[in-house]
Amino acid sequence: MNRIKRAFKQEKPLVSIYATAGFPALNDTVEVIQSLEAAGADMIEIGLPFSDPLADGPTIQQSSTKALENGMSTKVLFEQLEGIRDSVSIPLIIMGYFNPVLQFGVAEFCEACEKAGIDGLILPDLPLEIYTRDYQTIFERHGLSMIFLITPQTSESRIRAIEAASNTFIYMVSSSSTTGSTAGFSESNMAYFKRIADMNLSVETIVGFGIADAHTFSQASQYSRGAIIGSAFIRHLEERGTQHIADFINALNAKHV
Amino acid sequence: MKTTSYHVDADGFYGEFGGAFIPEMLYPNTEELRNTYLEISSRPEFQLEFKALLKDYVGRPTPLFFASRLSEKYQTKIYLKREDLCHTGAHKINNTIGQILLAKALGKKRIIAETGAGQHGVATATVCALMGIECVVYMGALDIKRQAPNVARMKLLGATVRPAESGSKTLKDATNEAIRDWINNPVDTHYIIGSVVGPHPYPDMVARFQSVISEEIGAQLLEKEGRELPDYVIACVGGGSNAAGIYYHYLDLPQVKLVAVEAAGKGIHSGHSAATSALGKVGIIHGSKTLLMQTSDGQITEPYSISAGLDYPGVGPMHAHLYASKRAQFISISDDDAMTAGQELAKLEGIIPAIETSHAFAVFDQLDCKKDDIVVINLSGRGDKDLQTYINYFDL
Repeated sequence: MNRIKRAFKQEKPLVSIYATAGFPALNDTVEVIQSLEAAGADMIEIGLPFSDPLADGPTIQQSSTKALENGMSTKVLFEQLEGIRDSVSIPLIIMGYFNPVLQFGVAEFCEACEKAGIDGLILPDLPLEIYTRDYQTIFERHGLSMIFLITPQTSESRIRAIEAASNTFIYMVSSSSTTGSTAGFSESNMAYFKRIADMNLSVETIVGFGIADAHTFSQASQYSRGAIIGSAFIRHLEERGTQHIADFINALNAKHV
Repeated sequence: MKTTSYHVDADGFYGEFGGAFIPEMLYPNTEELRNTYLEISSRPEFQLEFKALLKDYVGRPTPLFFASRLSEKYQTKIYLKREDLCHTGAHKINNTIGQILLAKALGKKRIIAETGAGQHGVATATVCALMGIECVVYMGALDIKRQAPNVARMKLLGATVRPAESGSKTLKDATNEAIRDWINNPVDTHYIIGSVVGPHPYPDMVARFQSVISEEIGAQLLEKEGRELPDYVIACVGGGSNAAGIYYHYLDLPQVKLVAVEAAGKGIHSGHSAATSALGKVGIIHGSKTLLMQTSDGQITEPYSISAGLDYPGVGPMHAHLYASKRAQFISISDDDAMTAGQELAKLEGIIPAIETSHAFAVFDQLDCKKDDIVVINLSGRGDKDLQTYINYFDL
């Protein structure tokens, strides 16, 4: 069984954290990953920085810009991840944009992911149709699970098509927004989470975008298997550095009153 | 509708270029456009209003002017398609008129746009004022400083100008911010892209609205020369909207030679250039697979040109295909040669061109035009906006 499916065996909602590779400092990547696992994170999205991240808000873009200035690149990331599986056992997903993958070479990229022990990929600007036509075979050959996004505007028929191309989970974007732009979920957000839950998809769902604290985390987990936290964690790293990662995870898991 | 290899295919590709490489958040927005743009824009009432506005508001048809002194100098017959005489000073408004009518037909209440030098921003603000629709223009924070008169124009026209503070704070970042706005406002907002770039159907939609340029040339040439087809069609290319417009009706007629002129900046290999065809590799920018200036790691780089309208790191997918298939000849022209050509046009024909456009006038050394060949150059914009650059360059 792959690591992502195994992670979903647990009862409690999954805490999945996004961290930009090479941020705050170039060589922080591995330490951040290890600290996150030690603090109790269930899954990690490693952000491969891109100069023009269309789907991300200012917090993640700024961290990407910083990471690129620090010298992060696809090649450097794979060098850093060498041997990561000796110390980290939770699922690791690379989240990035398609152009750097295209330049690295899609086949070479998949091979490097498999070698490093990467379990899945989130590439928001690689659309479903192109993926299934050109890349699904090679991703799957290297044991990489492709994770697609859906939004409140995604039609039911398209969700079904995305379900068919998925094999672990679907990333449910909480609202029609870029990352880091909401504060608490409204009734219509919750109705959307429930509507998706009621579809009884054959793969799991996790909510992302707009989760910043225990309250939004528990809202998100009500109708899904967990949540991805990105901008809030990047802000935490900016403000408190890499030494207090456990505080962030503990605060998320705290019972909301 | 023509369906040959030089026009867009059913999936939104020009050969291997184009498509819609967009985050899922944008899928409903672009799907709505994809499903409606051809049907709405071919409705008789749409065409009637579009043509009436182009005639009475924009000032079309634009003249096709025989440039006799320029022709004498280069020993060939040079005609100028006078897009510089359009309302707001450039061809950009052909597209914004088309898209504002489309937005109205779709019931949109709010318009967003990106702009580099400000020409497309002004053209968008203009049609929004005309229609009484809210307008937000994203512009790189650096460009806002460099292009103060156009910022003032947009404000006078009632638009909100929002600075793009991310990345390199120029056109590509303004485009990113506009796309993000569209992600955050997926239902009531239409995004008017200013060039033949972005995800399908934008490149084709913008090319169609700009195709009025080549559509007019046939009858105009017939009247002046007794034949409809020119031998050469020349246009400058940044994203490529004026080129797409003047190539459109000739794409499938190989006897008409297409010449695309890019900005070499301080020299193709100087590190300060915008010659995308020479320097770019296949990649993804703003939802489109095209030729793109980037690092070996796939990070998009910042182009340079003395003309703010040509410094886009990509090129429209139609043009990437015209380049790869060799249907069009691509030439890059340096800042210096463009400035000299602009000054020459001013002195020989009494027309001060936009510096973007000046690039298209600097190619005659590299073409083998015969005395009886008919050459049409797209005079895509006028030079008023560039006066300060001319003043600084020539120490006027």
